[in-house]
Amino acid sequence: MKKNIPLVKLNNSGVLREKKWLVKGISLEIYREQIVTLIGPNGSGKTTTAKIILKIIEPNEGKVELNTKKIAYVPQKINIDWAIPLRVIDFMNITSKLNVSSIMDNLKLTGVDHLLYKDLINLSGGEFQRVMIARAIAKRPELLILDEPVQGVDFNGEIKLYNLIKNISNNLKCGILLISHDIHFVMSSTDHVLCLNGHVCCSGTPQDVAKNPSYIELFGEQAASSIALYKHNHDHTHNQDGSIKT
Amino acid sequence: MRALIAGIGMAIVAGPLGCFVIWRRLAYFGDTLAHSGLLGVTLGFVLNIDLSFSVFVISGIIALLLLVLQKKTKLAGDSLLGLLAHSSLAIGLVIIAILTTIRFDLMGLLLGDILSVSMNDILIIWIGGGILLLVFFFIWKSLFAATISYDLAKAEKMSPEISNYIFTILLAGIIAISIKMIGVLLITGLLLIPPAMSRNFSNSPTKMVIFSIIGGTFSVILGLYCSLYLNTPSGPSIIVAAMMLFILSLFFKKGLNIVN
Repeated sequence: MKKNIPLVKLNNSGVLREKKWLVKGISLEIYREQIVTLIGPNGSGKTTTAKIILKIIEPNEGKVELNTKKIAYVPQKINIDWAIPLRVIDFMNITSKLNVSSIMDNLKLTGVDHLLYKDLINLSGGEFQRVMIARAIAKRPELLILDEPVQGVDFNGEIKLYNLIKNISNNLKCGILLISHDIHFVMSSTDHVLCLNGHVCCSGTPQDVAKNPSYIELFGEQAASSIALYKHNHDHTHNQDGSIKT
Repeated sequence: MRALIAGIGMAIVAGPLGCFVIWRRLAYFGDTLAHSGLLGVTLGFVLNIDLSFSVFVISGIIALLLLVLQKKTKLAGDSLLGLLAHSSLAIGLVIIAILTTIRFDLMGLLLGDILSVSMNDILIIWIGGGILLLVFFFIWKSLFAATISYDLAKAEKMSPEISNYIFTILLAGIIAISIKMIGVLLITGLLLIPPAMSRNFSNSPTKMVIFSIIGGTFSVILGLYCSLYLNTPSGPSIIVAAMMLFILSLFFKKGLNIVN
């Protein structure tokens, strides 16, 4: 089983632009069936790190070891010019060759199958994100990279999409890199968290990171305590009637 | 008749390439390549080689130079384009002025001249155009993905940089084969106007390409007909016909909106 080989491995990578390091000393590994989350403030190099992994940007330092070719990417933003007549059905196939019924199946997963023949430029922000996620899933990737995938999605939709992402990693047995500033999700189903601020501030399981002082410094007390709200403490078990076992 | 066969060949190639010129906002880029075409023609005369070939080579060199300069300098894209466009045009004109030994039909070069279309030119347009379309067909998927999002195409292994380079070469190619028919000044019009018209009927990329080809062919037929009977230069006549079709398409679009 190839499970012990990471899908991707970054070793001490850095990107230099205009004599400034955008990111430096980034090391990470993503395995199959694992969800790795990058969090960090604006400009902390989350997207840059994703682009190094995707080989969009060549790192000036360190190296990238990519052990899969089946990659799907949900970028943060795509601007589509009005001049390009592009319906959802066309967009679904820009890097793949799917028939209509499998396109429909994937759009159903994100709840936007009714938009099949709609023009992409007329979609709302949330609808567009769902189409982008559907397009990425449809590729049946081994490595899925999602850059702030739920931006513009309403609250209920957000929870559904996060559950979907969780299911994708179970069903497709793929590795997922998630860029997020949504700390709640990070806490609920991530296997490994990297907290970035130009470099890796801290990393580990969500519980470890939440307790880390540099994390609290970066995100403030409030973020840290809102994590506590969400963290599911398995330090007790329930009786049949719901009372706590003693 | 010869002009018509040549012109239709040109329109069929210009349609799909023109769609990408519009989609990628390369209008001024096309203009720059076309301007450098004049330099190509003069060098072709000086070195006594086939004009289409020399135009293709010079436009290709200018295009690649541009791609390199874009990475090296901090000058804005449009300034860089203007710099190259007008420099190459000026060099071409200076060389023409120096070459007093050769009689030169400058107007024909700038505006196109159907009378100068020979059997040889038709062959160049149809064979050259066929090759351009074949290559285009081959890179279509990758080029289209790159047009939607370079990052996405790059991440999902569609080699966008290669198709970008090839597309640039293809543009140099269409300019080389159509310079005699339509002239240096108006080639970009042929690339832009039929797709702009076609956008008004199309809801998918493929349809837009098909309607561009049809629109371009109509423009050529109408334009050459006028050119023949009104004795107007062929390039401007074709472009005026294309523009009229574009205006008609606006009304059509309005009608379509009302029906919907």
